[in-house]
Amino acid sequence: MDEQRRKFLKIAGASVVAGIGAPAIIKLSASPAFASGHAAPAAGHAPAAAAHGAVEAAPKGVRLGMVIDMRKFTDKPEMLDGAISACIDAHNVPQFPDKKNEIKWLWKAPFENVFTDQSAYHSSKRIAETDFAVLCNHCDDPPCVRACPTQATFKVESTGIVAMDFHRCIGCRFCMAACPYGARSFNWQDPRPYIKKYNKEFPSRMKGVVEKCNFCAERLALGQEPACVEACKGTGAITFGDLNDPKSELRAVLDKEFTIQRKPTLGTKPSVFYIV
Amino acid sequence: MYNKGTIIPGLIIFVLFVTFPIWFNGLTTAGDLPKPELPPGGEKQCVMPADYMRANHMQLLNEWRDNVLRDGNREILEINGVKYPKGLQTACMTCHSQKEKFCDSCHTYAAVDPYCWDCHLTPNEAASKEVTH
Repeated sequence: MDEQRRKFLKIAGASVVAGIGAPAIIKLSASPAFASGHAAPAAGHAPAAAAHGAVEAAPKGVRLGMVIDMRKFTDKPEMLDGAISACIDAHNVPQFPDKKNEIKWLWKAPFENVFTDQSAYHSSKRIAETDFAVLCNHCDDPPCVRACPTQATFKVESTGIVAMDFHRCIGCRFCMAACPYGARSFNWQDPRPYIKKYNKEFPSRMKGVVEKCNFCAERLALGQEPACVEACKGTGAITFGDLNDPKSELRAVLDKEFTIQRKPTLGTKPSVFYIV
Repeated sequence: MYNKGTIIPGLIIFVLFVTFPIWFNGLTTAGDLPKPELPPGGEKQCVMPADYMRANHMQLLNEWRDNVLRDGNREILEINGVKYPKGLQTACMTCHSQKEKFCDSCHTYAAVDPYCWDCHLTPNEAASKEVTH
């Protein structure tokens, strides 16, 4: 009896050790770094190194983008207010009195908040005093889309717009955490009472939904320009067009002027450019 | 018969109780079939025949939603010269402008509570704070 118990415990012990150890050994021997003495550099690092600072891959299809000429807005700051209110009217954007509930589609922010990887040390008076126009960058590689668990936010392949389907948004706010530009806002309360004027062609949102700039997809479909672009028409303050079309007005501006993007080092490939 | 005084009133109460749905429907308007009000503008055609719309408008709306938002297909439907930009607010509610008398009449009867109007504006609501361009 004693003999049997001793044997049983030995076998049980050995099995437990083997069971716990085996997967680890299989995993180690399967990874190339351990299997062959001289390991090739881990494959995961190569593409990241290439993306950093490298030219973007050959463009395909339409990729809508925008150049914002801040010099024009510095001369006429009221023009930016006009563009913002055009956006608010077009999309039934609520105006919450408390700043922490603010819903932002197109909004204003100082240079050091917009271009966080640029030094604002001893910047010119004009830069220090100008409010920059900020909106969703409609990134070519949008982190919000990867974060969304319901595919409520997604990239429209035919236009490059990072769009939202409010019907599907469950309000988890993962996209807000993922977006490095703060371009997404959450409706903490029912927005309806805080909408000043209704555009009857566009819905409002409900409590618990995230919203952001949609590059006026609904206006583009009707052959109109985005509301902010239309509000600054004729001044050249905002140029809108296809980044992948070499003949577009947008490309002409990009070819001529020195432009910067927001946080380019993150590799999100923003489609909004700034002339500072 | 023993206890006539208790049994007969008891039976009457029982029968009344069991037939409650029948006489309640007869006495009140709760069971009447809803009569949704047709478009006040007098439009006679819709994007699909009325029978189809009555049964399948929710599927059609979902299809439009996916077309417009997800597939970027915002092609404007044109039927007999009338243009219908896909959308609850841009197409449906332009004719059926009385949500309270059209949509609600059946939805209330069928005890369904669609969440369309959590976000979408009814013409009455939109008119309450209109954009004045």
